[in-house]
Amino acid sequence: MLEIKDLHASVDGKKILKGLNLTINAGEVHAIMGPNGAGKSTLSNVIAGRDGYEITSGTVTYKGDDLLAMSPEERAWSGVFLAFQYPVEIPGVNNTYLLKAGVNAKRKHQGLDELDAFDFMGIIKEKAKLVELDPSFLSRSVNEGFSGGEKKRNEIFQMAVLEPSLALLDETDSGLDIDALRIVAGGVNKLRSADRAIVMITHYQRLLDYIEPDFVHVLANGRILKTGDKSLALELEEHGYDWVKETL
Amino acid sequence: MASNEDIQKDLEAREYDAGFVTDIESDTIAPGLNEDVIRQISAIKQEPEWMLEWRLSAYRHWLTMEEPTWAAVDYKPTDYQSISYYSAPKSDKDAPESLDEIDPKLIETYEKLGIPLREQKMLAGIKGSNVAVDAVFDSVSVATTFKKKLTEAGVIFCPISEAIREHPELVKQYLGSVVPPQDNFFAALNCAVFTDGSFVYIPKGVRCPMELSTYFRINALNTGQFERTLIIADEGAYVSYLEGCTAPQRDENQLHAAIVELVALDDAEIKYATVQNWYPGDENGVGGIYNFVTKRADCRGDRSKVSWTQVETGSAITWKYPSCILRGDYSRGEFYSVAVTTQCQQADTGTKMIHLGKNTSSTIISKGISAGRAQQSYRGLVRMGIGAENARNYTQCDSLLLGDQCGAHTFPYVEVKNPTATLEHEATTSKIGEDQLFYCQQRGLSEEDAVNMIVNGFCKDVFDVLPMEFAVEANRLMEVSLEGSVG
Repeated sequence: MLEIKDLHASVDGKKILKGLNLTINAGEVHAIMGPNGAGKSTLSNVIAGRDGYEITSGTVTYKGDDLLAMSPEERAWSGVFLAFQYPVEIPGVNNTYLLKAGVNAKRKHQGLDELDAFDFMGIIKEKAKLVELDPSFLSRSVNEGFSGGEKKRNEIFQMAVLEPSLALLDETDSGLDIDALRIVAGGVNKLRSADRAIVMITHYQRLLDYIEPDFVHVLANGRILKTGDKSLALELEEHGYDWVKETL
Repeated sequence: MASNEDIQKDLEAREYDAGFVTDIESDTIAPGLNEDVIRQISAIKQEPEWMLEWRLSAYRHWLTMEEPTWAAVDYKPTDYQSISYYSAPKSDKDAPESLDEIDPKLIETYEKLGIPLREQKMLAGIKGSNVAVDAVFDSVSVATTFKKKLTEAGVIFCPISEAIREHPELVKQYLGSVVPPQDNFFAALNCAVFTDGSFVYIPKGVRCPMELSTYFRINALNTGQFERTLIIADEGAYVSYLEGCTAPQRDENQLHAAIVELVALDDAEIKYATVQNWYPGDENGVGGIYNFVTKRADCRGDRSKVSWTQVETGSAITWKYPSCILRGDYSRGEFYSVAVTTQCQQADTGTKMIHLGKNTSSTIISKGISAGRAQQSYRGLVRMGIGAENARNYTQCDSLLLGDQCGAHTFPYVEVKNPTATLEHEATTSKIGEDQLFYCQQRGLSEEDAVNMIVNGFCKDVFDVLPMEFAVEANRLMEVSLEGSVG
């Protein structure tokens, strides 16, 4: 589904990604772990198409197309979803209204009829249950006045509604207490499917207790240094990131 | 993702879709201003002697005044001798008895603007629409609809020139009682040369059975529009009034110096909404309307209430401060405003809340959006008089900037003479965030839709209080203003 080859990217002239390779297939769940400043968020932003990142070399192929040539909304239409590390507040814009516009833009792109308000409400009420999101959040302004945990829950709720092919979860576990983590992870687990790939970016092993990954990658210094199964995460927890560098 | 520069570039390319000119024969008084011109206007309007005297004394006072320069706007001064002070469509010389007698071109003009003048069409065409319209074309009122239904309710809704002839006692009592001729330079000029506008009187205890609306259109070249609106809500009365304005696209600046006076007696309520879309000039700042307007409400009665709601996207230069004098005890004033300035537009606008009575309260919500090279200033005064026991004011003043060549400025003035008064002021200035745009795009919105959604969200507090008929129009206008904001 996603093939990243020798990707180099900089921000303001500073090299962040330095030859990153990664292959992700449908149905797989990947965890990307690594120390602060390793380039984890840069990777997710580059895949989603955020402005301000200069790709100096390398390729990103998504479903056979050149992902880097697509606008952020085109990527969204073809199934790329980013659960933000810091979801932004948009005062006065209704949560449901934004989602409906997003879903219908995607449907239009796919040549499907737009959903009317009635059908859409039916869908989102169902999806809200997935992350135990109180229905009152649906009619509030996007993320405005939400607690950290509520924002993260809202992200996974949006993922459920938008039904992406490739979901990137950027530190979705940070700022969550144990109960919220269990609920959010439960929602993600329900969204695992054979035609969907999920990439979790995290600092901590504890998320992986709830969402079991097929692959764990260690990202440091702009590259994937090591790839393994979930036991790699446990070793990391025990020995720290320096251990990976030393073993190389 | 397009940068803010792209947004700005495209904003500058927006089009003004009310910019057409109606080819119609007009009777126009030759440019220039002197006592003879004023006598001529008064004679054309068949005014009584007292009205002419009132105009002349205002004119003589105006001659002693100087044009104000304190506003944060920069413009080429107006040559008052080069303007024509009266222009009327020729066929309208004898006031039309019915809509059938109105020049079809005029009706067409208004239909182009989306303002239906034919009553049956209004009834048939727009679901649930219940609005009586007075249409002012250059210097005269050309049509007032739904007269019969309003007359049955005892409501007077007519051109002010007609009110001067038919209801002189009401006009004498209230005209200039809120904005006196000496009030300011543009007010004095308006008193001397005003040509038409709307007059509304809602009798005691009457709730006006429909929304009232006036549409102002400047068509003729080199004419000023000096309309005058007077609305009186007698004890316990209620009226909701909508005002809309457009003008053709011309390279010359045109002056619009209007006065709106509102009087609310005991327990009366007036809601006054404006959608102002005067021609703003082109991307280089050539042409456009100078909108120098004095709007003021007098909450004369106890428990009276006035609200000003406005959506402003037009005019090259705006200078206006719709105000409330809260004279009656427990009276209440509200000001809700969305102002969009793009290209080279300049606006110095805000409100004044003058608290005189006990337990008076006021709310000010102002949303300013600047793009291109536009400059926008909020200028607001809250005055708590010595007798304003327990008066309260809440002010919220937010600015949104698109691009980095525009400016937003805030000048809040506060004068408190009574220690029991409470004031709250909140102000924010924000740039439309790339974070917000990216978030919306990541969810599948195009950048243009994202900008519209974020701007609409920013204005929500004001859009929520717009009358239904105007909410649709305001939304459309905002979209047109921000149209092509991405490439």
